Amino acid sequence: MHELSIALSVLEMAEEEAARRGNVSVAAIHIKLGPLAGVIKQALASAYDVARECTSLAECELIVDDMPLIVTCGPCGATLEARSVQDICCPNCGSVDVKIVAGRELEVSALEIIE
Amino acid sequence: MSQSTRLVEVRTKILKQNDIAARALRQAFQEAGVTVVSLVSSPGSGKTAFLEATLRSLRSTYRVAALVGDLATDNDACRLARAQVPVRQIVTGSVCHLEAEMVRDALQGWTIADLDFLFVENVGNLVCPASYDLGEELRAVLFSVTEGEDKPLKYPTIFNTADVAIITKIDLAQAADFDCAAARHNILSVRPGIQIIEVSSKTAHGMRDWLNTLQARRLRSLRHNDSPVQHAEVAQLAD
Repeated sequence: MHELSIALSVLEMAEEEAARRGNVSVAAIHIKLGPLAGVIKQALASAYDVARECTSLAECELIVDDMPLIVTCGPCGATLEARSVQDICCPNCGSVDVKIVAGRELEVSALEIIE
Repeated sequence: MSQSTRLVEVRTKILKQNDIAARALRQAFQEAGVTVVSLVSSPGSGKTAFLEATLRSLRSTYRVAALVGDLATDNDACRLARAQVPVRQIVTGSVCHLEAEMVRDALQGWTIADLDFLFVENVGNLVCPASYDLGEELRAVLFSVTEGEDKPLKYPTIFNTADVAIITKIDLAQAADFDCAAARHNILSVRPGIQIIEVSSKTAHGMRDWLNTLQARRLRSLRHNDSPVQHAEVAQLAD
């Protein structure tokens, strides 16, 4: 349910950035989304479609880049992509003594600006 | 008509505003020497009963208070007020989770340095609260035996952000055919190494373990601080 407020934040950030760059037109907003960000991609896409209607970015696309869940293993030292968020352990040696080094991303990474 | 576009890097966290507010809160809590604990769970898992039992157990030794978030009503604050500690309700309206600024605003008028423990009960929801840091020192995720052993697998993110997992209503485990070993395995699959405590707010089963966890956490955080008052409390706690 919080995807709508996240969509509104994304649009607000893009509008501010566009204004800062001299009111440029934005074709697309790229965001990075980790599997542990707590945001459901489909819900965000639907919320975004509704939210953009009432902004200056009504034609602007949202492009979600799914980020991997990466762990570093204490015992074997490997840094690898975990099998899934339901199975967080080292894919190399199976140890659960792992540190999550990536997978919580929830950020606007880039804007596609129309020249 | 085709148009040419140029990609410009931005790199801004979407919840930056909440993260900034949470960081300021965490620093204020540390300076005031108050240990802040948040509780998250689905609706009906027994958060309020668990919190009431916790407040009753702590109030003779510690200065405790609670904030409680709900979409509507102040029923939970009324229930918690029976524990005879300061309680404030945060009514979120249509918002399905607490945010750091709501916590900050709800604390207006309270002197947090006069507290040892502050509990923050989030809105009953296992999805949205996961994304919002509230500046808490310890996040406890609760789920009850009637919800099924696979709850952690269905909501991995909230379990992954927690520091301790509490299995509630353990007195009903047999009646609910609850497989405790499977539940523990599922919790550890989404959050390796997390402490798990089985409790019953009704029979007080497991409450001692929970209270010990709270005390240990407080002791650890006070050791990081450096004021004479806190040194005295550390000495007392360590006895």
